[in-house]
Amino acid sequence: MEPNWQLARKRKTIEQRARILHKIRAFFIEQGFIEVETPHRIPVNAPEFNIDAIPSGSWFLQTSPELCMKRLLAAGYDNIFQICRCWRAEERGPHHLPEYTMLEWYRRDCDYQQLMVDCEELLAHLVGKQTLCWRGQDIDLTTPWPRLTVAQAFLQHSSTSLSQVPDANFFSELISTEIEPELAQNKPLFLIDYPTLQGSLARPKTNDPGCVERVELYIAGLELANGFSELTDPIEQRRRFEMEEKQRRQSGKTPCPLPEKYLDELETLSNAAGIAFGIDRLIMLLCDQPTIDEVVCFSPEQL
Amino acid sequence: MYSCSDLKKGLKLMIDGDPHVIVQYDFTKPGKGQALYKCKLRNMITGSLFDRTYRSGESFEPAHLEEREMQYLYQDDNGYVFMDKKSYEQITLIEETLGDDKYFLVDNMDVEILMHGDRGIGISLPNFVNLRVIQTDPWVKGDTAAGNNKPATVETGYILQVPSFVEEGTLIQIDTRTGDYATRVKE
Repeated sequence: MEPNWQLARKRKTIEQRARILHKIRAFFIEQGFIEVETPHRIPVNAPEFNIDAIPSGSWFLQTSPELCMKRLLAAGYDNIFQICRCWRAEERGPHHLPEYTMLEWYRRDCDYQQLMVDCEELLAHLVGKQTLCWRGQDIDLTTPWPRLTVAQAFLQHSSTSLSQVPDANFFSELISTEIEPELAQNKPLFLIDYPTLQGSLARPKTNDPGCVERVELYIAGLELANGFSELTDPIEQRRRFEMEEKQRRQSGKTPCPLPEKYLDELETLSNAAGIAFGIDRLIMLLCDQPTIDEVVCFSPEQL
Repeated sequence: MYSCSDLKKGLKLMIDGDPHVIVQYDFTKPGKGQALYKCKLRNMITGSLFDRTYRSGESFEPAHLEEREMQYLYQDDNGYVFMDKKSYEQITLIEETLGDDKYFLVDNMDVEILMHGDRGIGISLPNFVNLRVIQTDPWVKGDTAAGNNKPATVETGYILQVPSFVEEGTLIQIDTRTGDYATRVKE
């Protein structure tokens, strides 16, 4: 039998992947961040209508390390980061794996503006030049990258105005079908300031309470990162979790118990911001690979 | 019944009473948003193509089609000719009906023909087929990296990526579900 070539042929990308992970770690450690490791298997995830966790015994595999990491922040840790596996049921496509690698970082006494600067600096650190080419498209990385509010994006690119969007699912459908395809492909872009319903763990914007301070990073049309100024009001957080959970139950989805310890300890968290960055998609961009399958050793179908 | 997570290229569904096959499939989902399953479907009776987007929670009726085991004979001006090995009856399938499956037909190969009444409306291929490489760049001496690849054309005109050690004339095994190289075949 000859060696498995479908595995062998990815070797160059896998080598590059290892170097990128090393550089990401160096970027954060040099800035004084602590690398943390929190459990992958947890009693409960943050309830979200559109994210389904994979059960593991009577617990779940994490859909994000956010709850544990924010408990560390609340306990007094300042700047922390983690590179870990996350699992989301039934997400599989050219840009989706049900098990994937996430980078999350959190800063105390900061808001989402700082996270955007972090993203710009992280890419500069990883790329080392002003342009990147992905699938024949040149991407200009000159900073600052444009910041576009969701309201502006709807005004420019959608047939529906933001105020007329009836519910969360219709919102996300307009984002995927009308907004995302129109976003500039030749420059990274931050989409910011989401309606409150679209940011379950994000803090309301100071001068616009109908919005939350949430940011999504897009590069070449790929959704790469999602972050926010953290909501630290336990009462409001409980109300939003209960709303998501109620919607889940009404649609017959698996119930998701509330993360009580998180809600208790949130009281001791003051100002903070955090962001989740999809590492596999970042590596697709940096290694000029067309699909997520090309940047991991094994796709689920190869197991 | 199928659910959205069963959708993939090649899956056959009943829609409005007609069998359809998914010819292109894409999954998109904003991190916090709902999943969209974008399909290009071909009506297997009329041949018409159209796009449809499905959402989580939808379900689909599988298309149960009568299958007849036949042997692939040859290609002529009208299309691809198959023969029932018992009755010697022959049928011709046009190129549009076969889609990419046409690249994986080897003379005298046994396949299942999907029937609609007397008409063949598709085929069901074995998971692996062996095809001979008719064109590829020579193996550069000293290129020992197992992961290196290059394009190769096989006898049906299909082009795929193969390891650098595969040479012209080599018989290779191809996975018909993905269209990817699997291994060389010992002769």
